[in-house]
Amino acid sequence: MKSNIMQKLAAVLAAAMLFAATLANAEEGAVGFVYVGPVGDHGWTYRHDLGRQAVEKALGVKTTFVESVPEGADAERVIRKLASSGHSVIFTTSFGYMNPTAKVAAQFPDVKFEHATGYKRAENLSTYSARFYEGRAVLGTIAGHLSKTGVVGYIASFPIPEVVRGINAFILAMRKVNPDAVVKVVWVNSWYDPGKEGDAAKALIDQGADIITQHTDSPAPLQVAEQRGVHGFGQASDMSAFAPNAQLTSIIDDWNPYYIARVKAAMDGTWESTDTWDGLKQGMVGIAPYGDAVPADVRAAADAVKASIIDGSFHPFQGPINNQAGEQVVAAGETLDDGALLGMDWYVEGVQGESGQ
Amino acid sequence: MYEITIAALLTIITAATPLVYAAIGEMIAEKSGVLNLGVEGMILVGAVCGFATVHFSGSATLAILVGLVAGAGLSLIFAVLVLGFQATQVATGLALTIFGVGVSALLGQDLVGIAYDGLPKISIPLLSSLPLFGTLLFAHDIMVYGSFILVIATAWFLRRTRAGLILRAVGDSHDAAHAIGYPVIRIRYMAILFGGAMAGLSGAYLSLAYSPLWIENMSAGRGWIALALVVFATWRPWRVLVGAYLFGGITILQLHAQALGVGVPAQVMSMLPYLATIVVLVMISRDNNKIKLNAPACIGKPFHPTS
Repeated sequence: MKSNIMQKLAAVLAAAMLFAATLANAEEGAVGFVYVGPVGDHGWTYRHDLGRQAVEKALGVKTTFVESVPEGADAERVIRKLASSGHSVIFTTSFGYMNPTAKVAAQFPDVKFEHATGYKRAENLSTYSARFYEGRAVLGTIAGHLSKTGVVGYIASFPIPEVVRGINAFILAMRKVNPDAVVKVVWVNSWYDPGKEGDAAKALIDQGADIITQHTDSPAPLQVAEQRGVHGFGQASDMSAFAPNAQLTSIIDDWNPYYIARVKAAMDGTWESTDTWDGLKQGMVGIAPYGDAVPADVRAAADAVKASIIDGSFHPFQGPINNQAGEQVVAAGETLDDGALLGMDWYVEGVQGESGQ
Repeated sequence: MYEITIAALLTIITAATPLVYAAIGEMIAEKSGVLNLGVEGMILVGAVCGFATVHFSGSATLAILVGLVAGAGLSLIFAVLVLGFQATQVATGLALTIFGVGVSALLGQDLVGIAYDGLPKISIPLLSSLPLFGTLLFAHDIMVYGSFILVIATAWFLRRTRAGLILRAVGDSHDAAHAIGYPVIRIRYMAILFGGAMAGLSGAYLSLAYSPLWIENMSAGRGWIALALVVFATWRPWRVLVGAYLFGGITILQLHAQALGVGVPAQVMSMLPYLATIVVLVMISRDNNKIKLNAPACIGKPFHPTS
């Protein structure tokens, strides 16, 4: 038994050393990226990695990335390793890296940290995120026009405000077109599990959803939609290659300008701890070209919503808004502020299922 | 309601099949006394090679075969290291997983973003048009039928054949098996290769049928679940099958329950497959003596013919 434990220890040690060796040769001043999924996920992480490549190309700096890093103790080790091996700016690109990033940032005051989608900031720790909910409102508008059953299946990852906000923005926009529409939510408790995401899509379609949308990172749900002859929306990048008929459009994350600007600021010595939350207007959130299944009038309606969000005449969370129980929580003429959006842990009317809070 | 039930059951079968292949393969390797923690890596290599084959050749049959060979090929590296060079099985297995994840990502770089229609379904004439259970039982792709044949064959092999007896003997006491003249190392090579081949098939099922595409790390931990299933099923083929279907079944049912709006927190729902599988398998295997009877006594121990 004892030798068994020793063997396991040796194995863990060997794995850790192997890992350390890959990081140790980073150069001074390099830029580090920590990804939650593989760069080939064709979704969230893929888009961040395009940003990394854009930084390399535009500024000529060396970059390092570590992919598929679990959100937890492992993340802290990876971030610390990057910080201690000479990286000057480190981007940690998932909500679950918030506490590890904050902890390591406190220990390395000279290294600049950038954490995506979180809310903990420090002198050397910035946060950044995109107003994906603005894109979701455009998708919801399209779904309102095109769903015949009025039921949309929503494959969700983890019950955090970011995801809940997306669900709410989607159904609010959808019900503006079809007041009886509902969204069924299934949590798969993973950002990335193609098999399970696909299974969730099948379950939702079996229960009457004729459009599915997702807040997970793989194209598997869209592929299921294609096979079943229903429609869906891509996530984070254009996924029409997987579902040429099924994809209506997709939210596009574009981190490139932000990453280039921040690394440049660090190089120039003008970097400051900031909180960035950009959307359609700044181009951090984009809408992919519409699929053939979206007719001209629906395209026009979607474009109108997009334009009104950009020019500020419409906000996806302007009242009146009812909660799941049908009680009015935001009166007509009022709009939820960013604080309320960032902490959103309740569903609006039209959402079926538990918010998990 | 009837349609939903059938649809859910069909999804359960596709969710369980990859687990059945990987777990049965690992069970045979463990029965010979070798613990191979590289299942996840072998699944991924099987998946990427299978998908590449179907993409370039168009032949699903060839793709399944290539997935099988690729998994076996990766396990050969493991076999040479632990049997030939007496490397620690646990460390080598973990390294194999890390290697498999990396090498599959490398091989699959140009395959990301390509779609495939999925394995053709083979409907058994007459039977598949039966009311109620027709489509449920007799209209699957070849790999689903194959998984059931595999379980039956494995159970028969272990219990009823001389070769199965020798395999178990090697796993229970390699010194005794060696003393009476059995080629322990050669038998373990074959068991490891079989395990790798089945993991390769599991991967091929993932990338050809379950979600017919290639993306990095698409197995998402199924190799580890297969490993756990073997232990909780106390190294018995039928219980592996039960465990795989239980796990797949509850995973799918909780998704359906969520879509129906059952008022249970999503986190509890996601816990259920793990919890229920462990509880049920521990319950049916709770007899300590029987566990000892089935557990290969030499698992994880290196064998050296001269010692």
